[in-house]
Amino acid sequence: MSNIIIFGATSAIARACTRDWIAAGHNLFLVGRNADKLEIMRTDLLARSTQGQVVEIATADLNDFSTHEPLYAKAAEVLGMPDTVLVAHGSLPDQKACEASVDLTMCEIRTNALSVISLATLAANLFEPRREGTIAVIGSVAGDRGRQSNYVYGAAKGMVDIFLQGLRNRLAKASITVLTIKPGFVDTPMTAHIPTKGALWATPNDIGQGIIHAVNHKRDVVYLPWFWRIIMLIIRFIPEAIFKRLSL
Amino acid sequence: MRDDIRSWNRLPTVGHRHVLEVRTRNDRLPLPPGDETCIPFGNGRSYGDVCLNPGATVLRTRALDHLIAFDRACGRVTCESGMLLADLLELVVPQGWFPAATPGTRFVTLGGCVANDVHGKNHHDTGSFGNHVRSFELLRSDGQRLTCSAEHNADWFAATIGGLGLTGLITQVTFDLLPVSNPFMITQGYRFATLDEFWRLNACAEREWPYTVAWIDCTRHSGRGILFAGQHAPPQPELPPWKDHHRDVPVDLPFSCINSLSLRVFNEVYYRQKLPRGRHLTHYVPYFYPLDAVKNWNRIYGTRGFYQYQCVLPPQVSADGIADMMRQIAGSGMGSFLAVLKTFGSRPASGMLSFPRPGATLALDFPNLGEKTLRLLNRLDSIVASSGGALYPAKDARMSGAMFRRGFPQWEKMLAFIDPRFSSGFWRRVNEPEG
Repeated sequence: MSNIIIFGATSAIARACTRDWIAAGHNLFLVGRNADKLEIMRTDLLARSTQGQVVEIATADLNDFSTHEPLYAKAAEVLGMPDTVLVAHGSLPDQKACEASVDLTMCEIRTNALSVISLATLAANLFEPRREGTIAVIGSVAGDRGRQSNYVYGAAKGMVDIFLQGLRNRLAKASITVLTIKPGFVDTPMTAHIPTKGALWATPNDIGQGIIHAVNHKRDVVYLPWFWRIIMLIIRFIPEAIFKRLSL
Repeated sequence: MRDDIRSWNRLPTVGHRHVLEVRTRNDRLPLPPGDETCIPFGNGRSYGDVCLNPGATVLRTRALDHLIAFDRACGRVTCESGMLLADLLELVVPQGWFPAATPGTRFVTLGGCVANDVHGKNHHDTGSFGNHVRSFELLRSDGQRLTCSAEHNADWFAATIGGLGLTGLITQVTFDLLPVSNPFMITQGYRFATLDEFWRLNACAEREWPYTVAWIDCTRHSGRGILFAGQHAPPQPELPPWKDHHRDVPVDLPFSCINSLSLRVFNEVYYRQKLPRGRHLTHYVPYFYPLDAVKNWNRIYGTRGFYQYQCVLPPQVSADGIADMMRQIAGSGMGSFLAVLKTFGSRPASGMLSFPRPGATLALDFPNLGEKTLRLLNRLDSIVASSGGALYPAKDARMSGAMFRRGFPQWEKMLAFIDPRFSSGFWRRVNEPEG
């Protein structure tokens, strides 16, 4: 039985993971912004649990970094020592609005990169002396290359990607797993405004299954679904001189 | 206008002005601007336009997929209305429970099960889904929340079960399950050569088995077919292994694969399938949901879609009426791929507009060949109407107002309960003045 902390627990992908974890008998600590949604989730997970597990919730604005340390302390208090952390919160910025506003751009970078780095740093310091634990972070294929249509989001996810590479390198000696999850297009409330969803779109459940598998197998980097690894390989190989003229 | 909201048979093709998400059960109802109407849209598995609202709004309910309570001791579940039956099954079957009534696909929402008062192969034994609903919460467009049960707000309860989503949004529902010992069924197949033989066989099977359903070959006048009977398996010393296999129809086909030749071949092969001798164990998934094994099976009908046609005929005229319909279909050469015949029991349904009633129900599907198909369906309508039968709104994209009013005499009583901000393509069609 593991003790798992989930940041951004009410996001569609995280929610899919929590249902698998509760079925597998784990204890969960859910962090999110919306108290009502968290309470609905907690009721749902407790009704699903069969082994008398603990499901606790906490509301927090993760853009306020001072909340991060107390959240880990609270989780340790109600669950016992955490051994897995999933960082799943994020926003999908309006790229055009970001171009017009430095403040908005900085705010999006704070949400999608800086707060994640803060949470991952604290998790690393918690796990390192104990020489066990898993830090799983939801990045994005958008972080593999900057594109005109969403480079603020891409830059934030790219920063997280490189940060986690370094962290993985540092923590490998302590046998701690650092997992970077790179989903492609996922049909969630975050992307609900995009009307037509083609063959490249996956459901939050598919992604959740992929995350659970990757966590269980202590993987380093996963693209979900798998074919994004090939798509992004091609996209990364396009020379910049050509790439800059594309409207991707 | 968004044209990506479709029902399962891809007919009619309509545009929606707004597609709104219902985010949590405690929120106010998201409403379109002005006096535009809305209709709840669950997982889009009904056939036709009960879940569509052309030129107006649909409220997507799939985010409401949380469990609220599950009493494992007495088999009572409370869940949100957007939860899929498939999710419920995964949760309750390992705990020794099963839905009391289930339709032929598990990819429907529980809200849809209530709003269409769905039935299953065990109707003669157990009634329809509405018979097992204890209570639900109805959220009206004016913000009012009504807790409805047979005791409280009983008229709202009756108007909403089978009420086609028109009385407001069902946010959560409480219903009872059946106890089972394991996920397996004991099943037996009986081949029959004529409809007369079916009626005799069916009368015996209904006494012995809680689940019965027959497939009939409608490329033939004779009405040959196979009756599949089943019951939940008692405790077994050892259960066979079982794994869910999925196939997919990965692309939209520009044409329908269903034509008179493929129908003849399929029906011949199906009729001649080897039936295991005597009783045998079958997992509940292939028994109840054979078509769920083929993801996107609706694509085999091509982009023009298909019509479902399900009617019920009163007991005293069932045999003649069904024989009449089989003659019409076989004569038209437009036979249905899967024709399903079953008899309903006498348990009264809970809803004003519930479809299940004593008699025999025949379900058919026809590729959309335009006028030709509609003419055949009109001929079938006249048989249903003259027998005093009814068509199933959840599987309809074309019934007339007259046909609806004849089949659902309580429709006028229903009017008082319809939410002023709710409407659907189906509802406007059957209520527009006849021209």
